[in-house]
Amino acid sequence: MPESRRAYNIPMTQRIPIVENILNANDRLAEENFARIEAAGVFSINIIASPGAGKTSLIEQTLPLLKGKLRVAAVDGDIATSIDSDRAAIAGAAAAVQINTGGDCHLDAVMLRGALDQLDLTQFDLLIVENVGNLVCPANFKLGTHKTVLVASVPEGDDKPYKYPGTYRGVDALVVNKIDLLPYVDFRMDYFTQGVQVLNPNVTTFPLSCRTGEGLEAWVDWLIQNAKK
Amino acid sequence: MHELPVTQSLLKIALEHAEKAGAKQVTALNIVIGELSSMVDDSIQFYWEVIAKDTIAEKAVLNFRRIPAELQCMTCFEKYHPTDKELVCPQCGGVGAKIIAGEEFFLEAIDVEH
Repeated sequence: MPESRRAYNIPMTQRIPIVENILNANDRLAEENFARIEAAGVFSINIIASPGAGKTSLIEQTLPLLKGKLRVAAVDGDIATSIDSDRAAIAGAAAAVQINTGGDCHLDAVMLRGALDQLDLTQFDLLIVENVGNLVCPANFKLGTHKTVLVASVPEGDDKPYKYPGTYRGVDALVVNKIDLLPYVDFRMDYFTQGVQVLNPNVTTFPLSCRTGEGLEAWVDWLIQNAKK
Repeated sequence: MHELPVTQSLLKIALEHAEKAGAKQVTALNIVIGELSSMVDDSIQFYWEVIAKDTIAEKAVLNFRRIPAELQCMTCFEKYHPTDKELVCPQCGGVGAKIIAGEEFFLEAIDVEH
């Protein structure tokens, strides 16, 4: 330190290099969750989508088709209410845990850890985590599930992959729900698919309709195959 | 939207490093945000003013360095900046690209006073 600075008591500024991922703490906890789920031999998915795309409907339609094949636990994240976990329980989930985020727009690894504490994971083959309806934030917070599944729906429009590239690119499987509405809305499947393919060429896609049941079989087979691995 | 927990995490990391260095005050945080990371610097700033109060980082200035999205086509290997309407390669129309830049979100450095 130069003597003159010391004499006038001028504070010394120092730059400390850090380069630390700001979401590191969450990522570390997600890894712990993953280890725990994996050790119990459970296959787990994190379902993300915008509100109204059909996350809960998909779970409702899926559970009866898994009856006798997989034992399923459902964890539902919402800002408030237990409507979704109630629906999952009615549809046949062996256990359903509700997480109310109290305003947060996404689930994070800490919240999932709390839900895992309420489950005896060894009793299940498949863990379905339904995230808060939101296409932005859940993509940034890893939970520690094996796969992330994005539910898109036809009425949302075919430009969503372009508007939410971070979300579309980070998922392992893509469900395109409400295909029964294709004749009634301007949804260009080729434009949509192209947007998805650019950033996520290896994603597995399931076009289906929760209302008519069309396409559900391929989706259910995918779940069973992964859970039996 | 989730900038509150993010800002809390930011403060925690900054304070840890400042304490380790024996700093009296944190004067600046240098944050890197990629265009694809969906972080909004205005809301980080907003939350910062609330949560950093009464800490040694209270007066810190938040400097944001933004990094534009850059993709590389896996067909013709052209590097390009995607627009919000078009993600395909502008040169060959190829789909299937690698993200080279734009997903960053980290604290690069802090400035402290002793």
